[in-house]
Amino acid sequence: MLLKRIIPCLDVAGGRVVKGTHFVQLRDQGDPLVLARRYSDDGADELAFLDIEATPDGRGTLIELVERTAREVFIPLTVGGGVRGIDEIRSLLRAGADKVSIQTAAVERPELITEGARAFGSQCIVVAIDAKRSASGSWRVCTQGGRRPTELDPIAWARESERRGAGEILLTSIDADGTRAGYDLELTRRVVDAVGIPVIASGGAGHPRDLAAVLLQGGADAALAASIFHSGAFPVPETKRYLSEQGIPVRR
Amino acid sequence: MIALIDYGAGNLRSVENALARLGADCAITAEPAEVVAATAIVFPGVGAAGPAMAALRDRGLDRAVTGAIRRGVPFLGICLGMQLLFESSAEDGASGLGVLPGTVERLQTDAKLPHVGWNTVERVRPHPVLDGMEGEAFYFVHSYVVVPADADVPAAETAHGARFVSAIARDRLVGVQFHPERSGRAGLRLLANFVRFTAGERGSALRTPPSRPLSVEGAGT
Repeated sequence: MLLKRIIPCLDVAGGRVVKGTHFVQLRDQGDPLVLARRYSDDGADELAFLDIEATPDGRGTLIELVERTAREVFIPLTVGGGVRGIDEIRSLLRAGADKVSIQTAAVERPELITEGARAFGSQCIVVAIDAKRSASGSWRVCTQGGRRPTELDPIAWARESERRGAGEILLTSIDADGTRAGYDLELTRRVVDAVGIPVIASGGAGHPRDLAAVLLQGGADAALAASIFHSGAFPVPETKRYLSEQGIPVRR
Repeated sequence: MIALIDYGAGNLRSVENALARLGADCAITAEPAEVVAATAIVFPGVGAAGPAMAALRDRGLDRAVTGAIRRGVPFLGICLGMQLLFESSAEDGASGLGVLPGTVERLQTDAKLPHVGWNTVERVRPHPVLDGMEGEAFYFVHSYVVVPADADVPAAETAHGARFVSAIARDRLVGVQFHPERSGRAGLRLLANFVRFTAGERGSALRTPPSRPLSVEGAGT
């Protein structure tokens, strides 16, 4: 049976982890490779690196980081943040990324999804969708790291991304992100029901029960989280034990 | 030396990284002569069967690979690298290398395709390379599956809505549908089994001890 995936996400800038981490036992808390190794050893099913600055200088550093990580960490690695074109996707894949996530550039030029899928295979192309609930209760896709709202409906955009060749959807609720109050289950469910490709839910995890809810009620194929792992509050093994006790199939 | 065959299908880097981490003496090659001289072969691959076969033929690698297998050189096919061993593929209607009788078909299932993620390997038939794999989870990315014609070829099964053959073995030839180079400890253990298997067969393929202790026997996960 296909297992549900748990994906720690590392926000990086200039090759360093930028969100707070509290692993006191780590020599260098700021080195993403140290954390990546730690999560991999802990049984994470996949890792995500998100370049939150995405400056041209930082891009070279990111590629070097991906190369270093791929030499030591043997689980799938998704890399994204400000990826704009085929050449960037190619260099990240060559460096050792298994998948590249694209967001703003895909909204601005949806052909990029198709071009990426044709060149490297759908399995490499993850479309990241940031969604924000509007006053009317429906959702709108945001770009530029959640700052710029568009007229796109995330459910329709997810469907369109799939049609254009996306291999997975990485769905983040801007409203839930950072609250630690749980994922947006309704949004997740709507997107999961709309597409035939895997959906990774993101934004709002504060406790393993939030991951359980988004995997069960939300129907997500994978749950991505950052602070609950970085803070040391719920390490990956404990989180997985909890999920397993709830009857959710996870890799142990 | 283990030859890691480069025919332009997918990222060889991760397989090379994993073998290097295990201290194996391996080299990426697209040269038929180097394939012929290799003491063991790893045949990876991601992508479509048609273009992959065309690339193998263009480089003269098809005959080098089938020749090595017929001579009994230890061989590990990964994903597309296993599928290409069969006679034909429903994907692009491509013909394969035909080393093993059987075909490659799209998985008939109600579950989502492509089959992406971690899934368990069951009913593992004893083989030195597959030792310790029963019940372990591995990382899969595929839509097509092998359908061997010979009953003694399937070596493990996996369920994704429907059951399919997730590993094959015949003598010194092993193939896996999943990606050991992306499957954490279980995957490294399988690759280490293969390196040890080739060493047992042909003299040491181990070059130097691993640079840091391997945690492939680790607890918990």
